[in-house]
Amino acid sequence: MTTLVGGPRARGRRRLLLRSTPLTVALSFGFIGILLFLAAFGPLLAPHGPGSLNLATGLTTPNGEFWFGTDDLGRDVFSRTIYGVRYALFGPVLIVVGAFVIGNVLGLAAGYRGGMLDASVMRWVDLMYAVPGLLVTIVLIGVLGASYLLAVVVLVVLTSPFDTRVIRGVTLEQRSLPYVEAARTLGLPVRAILFRHIFPNILPISFANAFLNFAFSLVALSALSFLGLGIGPGTADWGRMLSESRLLLFENPAAALAPGGMIVLTATSMNLIGDWLYDRLADRGRAR
Amino acid sequence: MNRRNLVIFIARRLVAAAVLLVIMSGAVFGLLYASPGSAEQVLLGTRVANEETRENIRQRYNLDEPLTTQYWLWAKEAVRLDFGESIRTGEPVLNAIKDRAQLSLRLGAYGFAVAFVAGIGLGVLAAMRNRSGIDRAVVSLSVVGASSPAFVTGVFLLYVFAVLLGWFPVFGQGEGAMDQLWHLTLPALTLAFGAAALLIRFTRAGMITALDQDYVTFARARGVSEGRVLFGYALRNAMIPVVTASTVLLAAMLTGAVLIEVTFALPGLGALLVDSVAFKDVLMVQGLTMLLAAVAILTNLLTDVLYLFADPRIRYTRVAP
Repeated sequence: MTTLVGGPRARGRRRLLLRSTPLTVALSFGFIGILLFLAAFGPLLAPHGPGSLNLATGLTTPNGEFWFGTDDLGRDVFSRTIYGVRYALFGPVLIVVGAFVIGNVLGLAAGYRGGMLDASVMRWVDLMYAVPGLLVTIVLIGVLGASYLLAVVVLVVLTSPFDTRVIRGVTLEQRSLPYVEAARTLGLPVRAILFRHIFPNILPISFANAFLNFAFSLVALSALSFLGLGIGPGTADWGRMLSESRLLLFENPAAALAPGGMIVLTATSMNLIGDWLYDRLADRGRAR
Repeated sequence: MNRRNLVIFIARRLVAAAVLLVIMSGAVFGLLYASPGSAEQVLLGTRVANEETRENIRQRYNLDEPLTTQYWLWAKEAVRLDFGESIRTGEPVLNAIKDRAQLSLRLGAYGFAVAFVAGIGLGVLAAMRNRSGIDRAVVSLSVVGASSPAFVTGVFLLYVFAVLLGWFPVFGQGEGAMDQLWHLTLPALTLAFGAAALLIRFTRAGMITALDQDYVTFARARGVSEGRVLFGYALRNAMIPVVTASTVLLAAMLTGAVLIEVTFALPGLGALLVDSVAFKDVLMVQGLTMLLAAVAILTNLLTDVLYLFADPRIRYTRVAP
């Protein structure tokens, strides 16, 4: 929209955007930036390997060589926390992308078509909202056999209703707008109307939703690791690290608090960014 | 007319709940066949496999019957809450659940009470002082609460209150009523932190909308006391979305309780579920899952009915299908 106006007004708007961004959201963006950096270059920065045992050192409290101390096997908690960033981003990103695809397809179709399709999709969404998702995942993974891939697939199914509901609502709104009517009058096929015309307009809101889904997925996946159902034992995954060192709370609290703190900080940042984007998009809609 | 609508509404919901329960029972029964290995092998567990035990198991669980008959026989026993004997301990599933249920119920009630008071209180406070420093602090607290998995909150509370300050015990469930209350305080606070976050969010949003309505302005203009305006007028209307959200709240609390029981080493139903899953005790998992499904479906039903009573206006209009 700025391309049409251009010049000084666009710059003014950008400055306004900067000023109107709350400090917490700016900090969240900063934190996510650091995480992305660590995911890319962490292994170069980490002082020790994620699995390198120092049985001679054993358990230590934070000191000059081991910033967060070591766990009972003498593994460096600081390095493991850095290596954990990759696991923390990888799984949730897969889930977010999967839920994005399913949610957009179902939401667009249900919102645009209405009728029976809409009714049955929304029934399914309502049902999934009432289901304690993590417990279903625990049961399924426990019975079918623990695997990371299965956890991701089940969580995609459990996350997609959030997307579906939002996309369906926005599609309903868009359907009655003149540009859609015009496209229909021109005789464009439904698929073209949905994906070439409506989809670009609802993309921002599904983008906002992706951040909220990321937070949910991270929390769910780390809970599974904590229960020993997600990723394999000994992996430098935050949930795993927390479950393996929660009994060390007296000897080296940092071993449990560091991965736990990272989970909370990451999820909080994602939620703050998602909420903020939502509010901004809602405001824009109202102004129009 | 009015009453007829109400009866039709409740009857419809009852039928829907019953259908859902039957579907769930089919899925739960299917767990036995979904797990890797033959049903016989799964039911055998780690017991020694000789001809006699195999034959016993085939007899006891009707494995030689066709699948539909098996389901029917299973469902008939399940209605009487008989889910067979635990593969791990040989103890009847129902007994194991009964033994563990009390602790979980206490944890849930304690946690819910704290969450209810704190969540609604803080939600109202934030809405009254909308856009102030207090509001921002409450909202931040609720975002952090919604972003913290129960096991992380639990470990942090343990560190601060049990390790650093030494006010509360680290593990175990205690003896006697007072001692048990003492032992359950940190787990309940952990459970309440996540639940209150949701309650704050819904209450605050509902209150802000309600306080903006004409009837509130009018009540104030009439000189109705501020307390009555807040709690008699605004809060009652703000509670409707909160009641609607209670299924989400229940799902969050059930999940939280499982993680908390593992974190604090409390032998409740959640810990039993995790142990049974780890041991592949499918019969125990079936019993627990069926119980959870029944609780979730019943709460859903209760919410729908409660909704009608919280907002009498709904009864005067056409009842939604």
